[in-house]
Amino acid sequence: MNIVVLVKHVPDATADRRFESDNTVDRVGVDGLLSELDEYAVEQALQIKEKADGDVTVTALSIGPEQAVDAVRKALQMGADQGVIVTDDAIAGSDAVATSLVLAEAIKKIGSPDLVVTGMASTDAGTSLVPAMLAERLGLPQVTFASVVETQGDQIRAKRDGDAATEVIGATLPVLLSVTDQTGEARYPSFKGIMAAKKKPMETYSLSDLGVDAGQVGLDAAWTAVEETTARPPRTAGEIVTDEDGSGATALAEFLASKKFI
Amino acid sequence: MSEILVLVDHVDGNVRKTTNELLTIARRLGEPSAVFIGSGDAPVDALKKFGAEKIYAVDDAEIKGYLVAPKAEVLAQLAEKTSPGAILIPSSAEGKEIAGRLAIKIESGVITDAVDVTEGGVTTQSVFAGSFTVQAKVSKGTPIITVKPNSAAPEEVAGAGAVEQFAATVSDGAKTAQIVASQPRQSTGRPELTEAAIVVSGGRGTGGNFEPVENLADALGAAVGASRAAVDSGWKPHTFQVGQTGKTVSPQLYVANGISGAIQHRAGMQTSKTIVAVNKDEEAPIFELVDFGVVGDLHTVLPALTEEINKRK
Ligand SMILES: Cc1cc2nc3c(=O)[nH]c(=O)nc-3n(C[C@H](O)[C@H](O)[C@H](O)COP(=O)(O)OP(=O)(O)OC[C@H]3O[C@@H](n4cnc5c(N)ncnc54)[C@H](O)[C@@H]3O)c2cc1C
Ligand SMILES: Nc1ncnc2c1ncn2[C@@H]1O[C@H](COP(=O)(O)O)[C@@H](O)[C@H]1O
Repeated sequence: MNIVVLVKHVPDATADRRFESDNTVDRVGVDGLLSELDEYAVEQALQIKEKADGDVTVTALSIGPEQAVDAVRKALQMGADQGVIVTDDAIAGSDAVATSLVLAEAIKKIGSPDLVVTGMASTDAGTSLVPAMLAERLGLPQVTFASVVETQGDQIRAKRDGDAATEVIGATLPVLLSVTDQTGEARYPSFKGIMAAKKKPMETYSLSDLGVDAGQVGLDAAWTAVEETTARPPRTAGEIVTDEDGSGATALAEFLASKKFI
Repeated sequence: MSEILVLVDHVDGNVRKTTNELLTIARRLGEPSAVFIGSGDAPVDALKKFGAEKIYAVDDAEIKGYLVAPKAEVLAQLAEKTSPGAILIPSSAEGKEIAGRLAIKIESGVITDAVDVTEGGVTTQSVFAGSFTVQAKVSKGTPIITVKPNSAAPEEVAGAGAVEQFAATVSDGAKTAQIVASQPRQSTGRPELTEAAIVVSGGRGTGGNFEPVENLADALGAAVGASRAAVDSGWKPHTFQVGQTGKTVSPQLYVANGISGAIQHRAGMQTSKTIVAVNKDEEAPIFELVDFGVVGDLHTVLPALTEEINKRK
């Protein structure tokens, strides 16, 4: 069985907070890391591999600048078998449409996967568009936003917490699967895993390796255009009172009344 | 004026408020045509009331058993038939996925999570955990825009509401991810989290006792939300979660109780108009955001507040 797991390298918004407890890895650069939500995808890919009967190869795939190799390496440290990174100057500024195009071509080049596993959203752009677009491009059943995943032979079952209902989605492999952070904590790379990762195969593709025309990707080819970005004025801290013998509730009620909420 | 397709958000034919908002926005761009994918008669009156000139009724017999892909096919076929000026879709998880597949099918740009759309099709989005706003536009094909709840005040305007049955052809390829079981979400009797004008949330600080939070919510007519810590502890189902991997809410008033204010939580509530917090730790980061904060124990402050509110009613 072949599993391709997608790992995106994203700017680190909360480095010191999120990684204080993560003592096992000391390889995260200041500027980026494996999207936290993709760790859940790697974890599920590895669990499926561990449960499967036959041989399973897990390939971690990322598109991004050269540093994106860090995201792939982390997946290898966690236990993926091999890595692929697609990097090309022309890709910078690509939207979800172009990203999904390049990912689809890279997946085809890796081989015909039985399972493509992604995160529920990237932590930077966060549109959740890429998984659906990939399913469309690859013609795969789309099993997305899974909070619980079970595989048996070539069957997959996933729980999906929708807005109106909780559903069980079933499909036959090959499948595109996206998983949420409800699937369970991702493992930390062990020392052994970190050492082993150094010897695992890692390939780099350019756009021409994939037969993708540079004119189809990048900022200029995007199907949407950002016209303006504005930083929201930071919220200024308002009034803070300390509750003493019920004074807090009264003060809060006064505030809510002044704003016409009560 | 060109047609603007609006995918109707409904539960068993009951149209949700988001649809009224989308129809209102559609009128700025052209003539709203509601796309009703469902069983039985289309809810004509509800759709007419907010300006639907046309209603495409699509029988969902072949659609409802499968995830996302068939609905994208329906919209692609309708887009082919009507050459619309834009396609508006509710910004739910499913809505965004439909939009993504549709974009590839009809080779058109897609913008997700718009909180506003102007006459010229310029959208406003809130990004990076609500710290930036972005104005964007689709530059290729038919603009596909997913719109978040509360992005417009629904305006009642009578539309013609002419119903047209649309027989979509759903390919076998779209029927591969099967919904094998479905359990409708139980109604809480409270407003919908993403639509509510007031949200009262509880976190780890509730210690698992949500009663004070719920009582306050009921006194204010509010929806109840939760932090991931509260959800992970099993105190509330995931559908209550506010934040990066839960719901994004943008109510008039957000009341955070026993919630520290981690960046992932902020991502889901930072754009609320007024923010209030009760937390016993005066150093809690949530206090950096609040318009009014009380340093205190929620188990005493909330019941006293609820009593005070009920007294004033
Ligand atoms: C990938 C990822 C995604 C995430 N997505 C989300 C998300 O969508 N939503 C989300 O909320 N979090 C999310 N998180 C988790 C987030 O980082 C925090 O861990 C979480 O928000 C903490 O919840 P909390 O504030 O309830 O708990 P804590 O941080 O433990 O805070 C509890 C607070 O309660 C206060 N308190 C305790 N007792 C009382 C009392 N009696 N009265 C008053 N105050 C009291 C404490 O002072 C403290 O400030 C995510 C994390 C990751 C890594
Ligand atoms: N550049 C990328 N490289 C690898 N995977 C990606 C990339 N962009 C998106 N993905 C995958 O698609 C998922 C959803 O991303 P998004 O649509 O950007 O929210 C992520 O969690 C990743 O698994």
